[in-house]
Amino acid sequence: MLKKRIVPCLDIKDGRTVKGINFVDIRDAGDPVELAKAYSSRLADELVFLDITATIERRKTLAALVEKIAAEIDIPFTVGGGINSIEDVAVLLKAGADKVSVNSAAVRRPELIKEISQEFGSQCVVVAIDTDLVNNEWIVFVDGGRTPVDLKTTEWAKKAEELGAGEILLTSKQSDGTKDGFSVGITKEVTQKVNIPVIASGGAGTMEHFRDVFNETGCSAALAASIFHYGEIDIRELKKYLQKEGIDIRL
Amino acid sequence: MIAIIKYNAGNIRSVQNALNRLGYDSTITDDKKEIENASKVIFPGVGEAGSAMRYLRDKQLDTLIRSLRQPVLGICLGLQLMCSYSEESNTECLNIFNSQVRFFPPGDKIPHMGWNNLSSMKGSLFNSITKNNDLYFVHSYYAELSADTAAVCEYILPFSAAMQKDNFYATQFHPEKSAGTGESILLNFLHI
Repeated sequence: MLKKRIVPCLDIKDGRTVKGINFVDIRDAGDPVELAKAYSSRLADELVFLDITATIERRKTLAALVEKIAAEIDIPFTVGGGINSIEDVAVLLKAGADKVSVNSAAVRRPELIKEISQEFGSQCVVVAIDTDLVNNEWIVFVDGGRTPVDLKTTEWAKKAEELGAGEILLTSKQSDGTKDGFSVGITKEVTQKVNIPVIASGGAGTMEHFRDVFNETGCSAALAASIFHYGEIDIRELKKYLQKEGIDIRL
Repeated sequence: MIAIIKYNAGNIRSVQNALNRLGYDSTITDDKKEIENASKVIFPGVGEAGSAMRYLRDKQLDTLIRSLRQPVLGICLGLQLMCSYSEESNTECLNIFNSQVRFFPPGDKIPHMGWNNLSSMKGSLFNSITKNNDLYFVHSYYAELSADTAAVCEYILPFSAAMQKDNFYATQFHPEKSAGTGESILLNFLHI
């Protein structure tokens, strides 16, 4: 049986993890490699690194970091943030990333999805979609969720699939940061619209929220950042809980 | 020395990273002598079957791989290329395993992406591995069950999660990305 995946997300700036607490058994919570190893040992199924560096040096710094992560981590990982071109993708995959996630650049130039999937295969293209409810309609946002686009979320997800996306990472702006639970409605809509896996993101606050998003939407994975990062929920405990609730999970 | 076959497929480095973590030296190479003389050969890869087979034929690596006598481990696309035929770009493959590779029929999300468990495991690759262990898969094509099937996975339908014939071993899952269980399988191969 294919298992539902739990995916911690790490925000990276200038090669370091943003904020976070020191877990008991790691020396430096600012070191993405240390933190990734800690998550992996706690049974994270996959990791997402989101780079928010804004400097000119970012590509080089990120590639160097990805190489270090790939050398140390024995589970798959995705790298995203500011990917604009097939050259960006080539550098990250060569450094050892298993997948890359594209967001704003793909909305502005959808052919980017096709170019990446043709060159490197669909399995490595995650299309990240930031969405929010505007005038009773779920639409796409770009630029880190700041700018609304005249594009319905389900339609963009479908188009991304047709262009060769291997997976959708759907973040609900409405839920993100609230800890009130995932946006079940739009996650379910997108999951039903596409035939590729969907990762639900935004709003995780309790273990029950994970149970609900898995039970009610058909998503393949659930992503969270702060609750794992600040140690509020331990991934191993979460997975034990989900298994008890009848959800297929890797333990 | 362990040789990792270099060709136009992605993600070859991750196998070397995994071997490094286990304390084994390896070399990524398309040099025929080096591959022939290696104690073990790994044939990894993520990519497209048609262009991969064209590349292997151009470099005459296809006949070389078939002629190897030491333990060989194909991974993911490697397994599919070791079968007789793939529906992907209508490709004649290496014909080591008597099995055909097909696109998953409708029934669930494609690709099959994530952690899944095995059944009917056969052979030394699966020493100490049980049906409770999960491995990481990511693929849209699958190898049909055949006499060479060494482990079965279920997704939409039962398919070959691993195959073995003589000195040739192969896994559809990625042992190099499958945490502790994957390490055990790599070590089982290295100890053959």
